[in-house]
Amino acid sequence: MPQMNMVQAINDALRLEMRRDNRVVVLGEDVGKVGGVFRVTQGLFDEFGDDRVIDTPLSEGGIIGTAIGMALYGLVPVPEIQFSDFIFPAYDQIVSELAKYRYRSGGEYPAKLVIRTPVGGGIRGGHYHSQHPEAQFIHVAGLKVVCPSNPADAKGLLLSSIRDPDPVLFFEPKRIYRAAKGDVPDGDYTVPLGKANVVREGKHVTVVVWGAMLYEALEAANQAAAQGIETEVVDLRTLWPLDIDTIIQSVKKTGRVVVVHEAPKSCGLGSEIVSLVNEKAFLHLEAPPKRVTGFDTPFPYTLEMEYLPLAHRILPAIVETARY
Amino acid sequence: MRSLGRCACRDVINGQPLHEAKRSWRGGRGVRSALRPPIPPRSNRKLYLAFGSILAKSSRTLPTPSTTHRVVKWPLALSLSFGYGPGAIMSTGTYPASNHSALAPAHDDAATLTAARHPDDVYAPDVVRVFRNDGSLDPAHDPGLRVDEVVFLYRTMLRARLLDERLVLLQRQGRIGFHIGCLGEEACILGSAYALRENDWIFPCYREFAAALLRGMPLQRYVDNMFGNANDPVKGRQMPDHISWRKGKFGSVSSPIGTQITQAAGFAWAAKLRRDDLATLVYFGDGATSSNDFHTGMNFAGVFKAPVVFLCRNNGWAISVPTERQTGSHTFAQKGIAYGVPGVRVDGNDLFAMIKVTRDAIARAARGEGPTLIEAMTYRLSGHSTSDDPKAYRPDATLEPWRRLDPIPRVRQYLLRIGALTTTEDARIEAEVDAELKAAITAAENAPAPPLETLFEDVFAELPWHLVEQRDELVRGPRAKGHGH
Repeated sequence: MPQMNMVQAINDALRLEMRRDNRVVVLGEDVGKVGGVFRVTQGLFDEFGDDRVIDTPLSEGGIIGTAIGMALYGLVPVPEIQFSDFIFPAYDQIVSELAKYRYRSGGEYPAKLVIRTPVGGGIRGGHYHSQHPEAQFIHVAGLKVVCPSNPADAKGLLLSSIRDPDPVLFFEPKRIYRAAKGDVPDGDYTVPLGKANVVREGKHVTVVVWGAMLYEALEAANQAAAQGIETEVVDLRTLWPLDIDTIIQSVKKTGRVVVVHEAPKSCGLGSEIVSLVNEKAFLHLEAPPKRVTGFDTPFPYTLEMEYLPLAHRILPAIVETARY
Repeated sequence: MRSLGRCACRDVINGQPLHEAKRSWRGGRGVRSALRPPIPPRSNRKLYLAFGSILAKSSRTLPTPSTTHRVVKWPLALSLSFGYGPGAIMSTGTYPASNHSALAPAHDDAATLTAARHPDDVYAPDVVRVFRNDGSLDPAHDPGLRVDEVVFLYRTMLRARLLDERLVLLQRQGRIGFHIGCLGEEACILGSAYALRENDWIFPCYREFAAALLRGMPLQRYVDNMFGNANDPVKGRQMPDHISWRKGKFGSVSSPIGTQITQAAGFAWAAKLRRDDLATLVYFGDGATSSNDFHTGMNFAGVFKAPVVFLCRNNGWAISVPTERQTGSHTFAQKGIAYGVPGVRVDGNDLFAMIKVTRDAIARAARGEGPTLIEAMTYRLSGHSTSDDPKAYRPDATLEPWRRLDPIPRVRQYLLRIGALTTTEDARIEAEVDAELKAAITAAENAPAPPLETLFEDVFAELPWHLVEQRDELVRGPRAKGHGH
C-alpha cells in the first residue's frame, strides 16, 4: 500500500475521479498551471487541460457563482478557495444560493459542488490564513462539512464528497498537509460521510476532535495515560451531519466528554455537540462537558501557539473531567 | 483563448496580433481559437479602416507565423484609430499622442513572449511616459521636480529595494516568518505617494510598505511588526507587512484582496460630504480588478463623484495567474469608462510619469471632478511573497526586458548624467540602510513577545465577561512550548 501525505492523497482522489467522470471540473486561483499554492492540484492541468483545470480570475464570488452555474448545467465542479479566510466574498452564493437551491426549487434544481479549502492555524498565517470556519456554514441549513485528519480519510472522503448529491465544504487542515502521512489504499475507495472514527479507545473520558488537533488530542491522551486516565478519542471526519450515534455511544461508555476545536469557543461546533450530549445522554454524564478551543478573538500571529487548543491545554481538561 | 490584451501592436492586414500566441496558458490541448483584435469604439472605426492601409505600408516589419513580436512604429494619426482618442483620456492634462512615437523603443524587444506581460505594451501610444529612450525627460509631461527632490526619491526607492532584499533574506534565515514586498514597483508606489498632498490619505493593499516609510513611519516600527514583538503597534496580531500608520494617513493592511477599494471610496465620499479638502489614493493589483470590491468601489465613486484616485498596479501577476486571466478588456484603464471614471495608463516604472499622473488625478479630485483610475504598468520582479517561487510558472528569461525598465537604474542614470549623483552614492546608501536595519533588527529580536493579555484587547472597545473569563483561563493555564517566539 503506498505511503502518502495529505496533499498526495487529495491529488490522487482528484485525478482518479477526473479520469472516471469527465464532468468533473477543477477551478480556482493558481490551481492550473502551477498546481495550487500548496501543490494539491499538481499535474492535473497537464493531464486534463485548460477546459477541466481552470485558473480563474481573482474572485471568490465569481469562482463559486460560476461553479454553481456549471453544476446546474450538469458538470461536477470542484472549486478551490485558496484559503478559507477568503471564502467570504462567496458567502452570499454559498448561503443564499448553493445551500437553498434544492429546497427552494422543490427539488427541481439540486445544486452540487464540493468546495475544497485549506483551514486551520499553526503556520504563522495570522488573521487571514488560519481560520476554521465550519460553524459559519453548518449554521446554514443545506451544507455538508467534511474535515479529514489523515491521508487515507482525505482521499476516501473527497471521493465520497464528490459523489454525494449535496453541496459539501471540504476542509483541508493545512498544518498537516505534508506532516500527516500514512498508508493510502490504491485505486478507488470511499470513506462514508457522516461516520466518525474512534481512533483510540478508552473508558474514562471521551475527546471529540477533528482536523489537525486530532494529533494534539492523541498526544494529550498519551500523557493522560501516564496518570492512569484512559481516553477515547473520536475523530469526527464529517463535521456535518454529525455522527451522533458514535458520539453518544462513547459518552454513555465514559460519562465524560471534552470537545476540542481550533475555531473560537462561542457558537462553535463544540457548543452544538455539548448541547446534543446534554439532550441525549444527560443521565449518563458524570461531569460537565468541557470545550478546549480557540478564543473569541481573531487568530493571532505571534501568540498562535497560545491560541490553539494544543496538547498542553487538552491534557488539563481531560484530567479535570476525569477527576470531577 | 482571449486576445492578448493590452498591447496595441497589431497587423491590420489580417487582424491578428503580432505576438506569438501564448501556448503556455493552454496546457493540455494547446492553442485553439483565433486571436481576435480589439474592436475600436464606434466613433473611431472609420478612422481605423481608413488608416489600415497606411499602417500596412508604414510598418517596419510584417508578421510571419513563426515570428515573435516585432515593434511597429505608429504614425501619429494611427494612435487615434485604436480607441484612445480624447474621450477615453482624462479631461485634465491632455496627454497628446504626438510625442508617443518619439518614445517608441529604438530596438526590437524580441524577448521571449510567454510572459504574461510584454514590456513593449508600455510603448503603446496612450501610455503616459516622461523618460525618453535616451534617458532625457519629455517636457510635455515632466512634473518639474527640483534636483534635490529627485535625489531624495532616488534614495528612497533604493532604500525600499535594499530593505526588500534584506527582509527576504531574513525570512530565508528563519528569523521572520514572511515578507511581501514591492521589488520592481518602487517608482509606481513612491512616485504616486510622493504626489499626494499632506492631507491626502493612502489606502494600501499590502505591498506598499515603502509608501508608509515615505510618510514618516519609523523603520523600527516596521521591523517590530515584522517580528510581531511587544513593541509592534499591531501587537503581534497580524502577519508581517500588515501594518497601519494612522499618523501618516496610511490605512490598515489586511490580506483579503480588494477590500480596501470600497473603503477608500467611502472615506473620500465622507470627506466630500463634510466639505473637507482631502483625496484618497488606493492601491491594488491587476488581480484585484476581478474582485467584487473593485466593481462596487468604482461604481459608488463614479455615482457620487468621490475624490478617490484608484491606482491599479498592473504588475503582470496575481501569484501565478497572469493579467490576461483577470480581464477580457484591452486595458484596465478603460474599465473606468463603465463607471464614469476616466482612466489613464502610465509607465509605472517611470518615476516622473507616476508623479505627473497622480498629481493630475489628485487635482481633479480636489476640483470636485471626481475619481480617476490610473493603470500603472509595471512588473513584479520577485515572487508574490516569500511563500511563492515564481520559477514554478515563469522562466527567468521573461524578466530580462523588465529588468531593462527597472525603475531605479533609470533614475540613477538620469541623475548621474546631470551630475547630481556620484557613482559612490549607491554604496553609501547601502551602508546606511544596512546599519539602520541591523540596529532595528537587533532591537526587534531582543524585544519580548506581546503579553498574553493583549490577545483579548481591542476585540471590542471594552472587555465583555466572556473575554475576561477566557483571558483569565489562558493566563492561569500552562504555557505553550517555546512560548515567546
